[in-house]
Amino acid sequence: MTDTTVVSVPDSPYAIEVKNVCKSFGPNPVLKNVNLKVRRGKTRVILGPSGSGKTVIMKHMIGLLKPDSGNILVDGVDITTLPHNELLNVRRKFGMVFQQAALFDSMTVGENVSFPLREHSVLSKEAIAEKVREKLGVVDLKNIEHKYPAELSGGMRKRVGLARAIVLEPSIVLYDEPTTGLDPLTTDSVDKMILDASKRLNVTSVVISHDVGSALLVADDIAVIHEGVIVEDVPAKEIRDSTHPFVREFLHTWFRKQ
Amino acid sequence: MSSSSTLERLNENPVARPFVAIGNMAISGLTELGLVVQFFASAVALACRPPFRVTLLLNQMEFVGVGSLFIIMLTGTFTGAVFTLQTVNGLAQFNLESVVGTTVMIGVTRELAPVLTALMVTGRVASAMATELGTMRVTEQIDAMEVMAVNPVQYLASPRIVASAIMVPCLSMLFVAVAYAGAYIMAVPVLGIDEGAYISRIQEYVASYDVMHGFYKSIILGVLLATVGCYKGYNAAGGARGVGNATTQAVVISSISVFVLDYVLSALLMKFEPTYNAVSY
Repeated sequence: MTDTTVVSVPDSPYAIEVKNVCKSFGPNPVLKNVNLKVRRGKTRVILGPSGSGKTVIMKHMIGLLKPDSGNILVDGVDITTLPHNELLNVRRKFGMVFQQAALFDSMTVGENVSFPLREHSVLSKEAIAEKVREKLGVVDLKNIEHKYPAELSGGMRKRVGLARAIVLEPSIVLYDEPTTGLDPLTTDSVDKMILDASKRLNVTSVVISHDVGSALLVADDIAVIHEGVIVEDVPAKEIRDSTHPFVREFLHTWFRKQ
Repeated sequence: MSSSSTLERLNENPVARPFVAIGNMAISGLTELGLVVQFFASAVALACRPPFRVTLLLNQMEFVGVGSLFIIMLTGTFTGAVFTLQTVNGLAQFNLESVVGTTVMIGVTRELAPVLTALMVTGRVASAMATELGTMRVTEQIDAMEVMAVNPVQYLASPRIVASAIMVPCLSMLFVAVAYAGAYIMAVPVLGIDEGAYISRIQEYVASYDVMHGFYKSIILGVLLATVGCYKGYNAAGGARGVGNATTQAVVISSISVFVLDYVLSALLMKFEPTYNAVSY
């Protein structure tokens, strides 16, 4: 049993709400009055080119960055005003898969996946090992607990990153550019991994990406961000009908390449 | 008139420009110092709060202490030997060879042991801390830790700083011991100084507070080098080059700070030692 003292889940249909968020780094505005809602149990993709502010939005959602103005609500609780220790409790609701997996390179795969359990649970060593095996099984990896991250391929590292992200059974999983730099076959397996995780674990997912193909495959809702502004926010199946010139150009370029 | 427009006006003046640059350097230096102190204070506060990371602390104690044994023994032995060799030459002119042990041991216990130990540990440990934490920072491992609701300062910096505070004084005492051995071998068997006179002069003139003087300084210098190493690594940015810069800065800043702080601590500690109250400094 995990020792997670998290804030209560309210009736809000949204797992995350970003309200009127502005953020600047020095004189450069990165987010300009961003509004975004993530439906509970659904997969929200934030699509946009490099440097458009996608990662900054994600870091706000988990409280790694504080907005200059505006609010971030997680399960109805404004995390921008929470003290640090309560913010840590809110973070236990999240799992995050980093762009380069961000596995601890001094630890084995088993130690990486078990890290959140060792920190936040009172499980026995055997129970932790069993849980690690189970979560590695979810991402189709077996018998690699003793290996170090340096011995794994990029796709395997991402999957270990997801196993670590879901080991505490979070209600929200964030994916930071999950398919960037991967070959088509591995991209496909990572897309399947995201879909599987959503289905099997019934989690809310937020994916930031510039990969239109993956976005169309995994998303329930898609928002497109351009120069710090959300220029489109629609259900995934309606994104092709967007009339916004930037979105049309972005999608058109991708479809042409295919 | 706003202060920024005053600054702009001053910057346009070629006479004032160097002073503005010096002022800006002083402000950024003081800001950095404030941030290091803040980082250290939070690492210490978090070390006193559960979860207590005993295994990590022991690992770091092994890395800082056991890992540095060889270089400290080597440095200490040769420091004692060469210090004796050089000092005997000077003292021989006044027929005072028998006090060479006293001179060397006071120099070693009060100054050379804490300072040289801190410098050797800076080269081996502070650089490693800056590199390890810097790599973790630029590969998002520290962000990952925060996302998993684990305080990275408590997990990474606190054990390293506490381990240095414990192990650097121990290494400094080891330095004293091997320097004594090196000095003895050089003085008695090699240079032929009378063993009885050599030892009795040391017993007569080297007091326990000479040893404690070096010991106290080592604690502070150990804390200093680990704090700078961790701080620089923790705040590294900009990929491999950023990690390289952080490591270089950690070593340079730690080394310079060791000398500056050594002077300040020596002056402060001597205030409390009756023998030295008459000395003006």
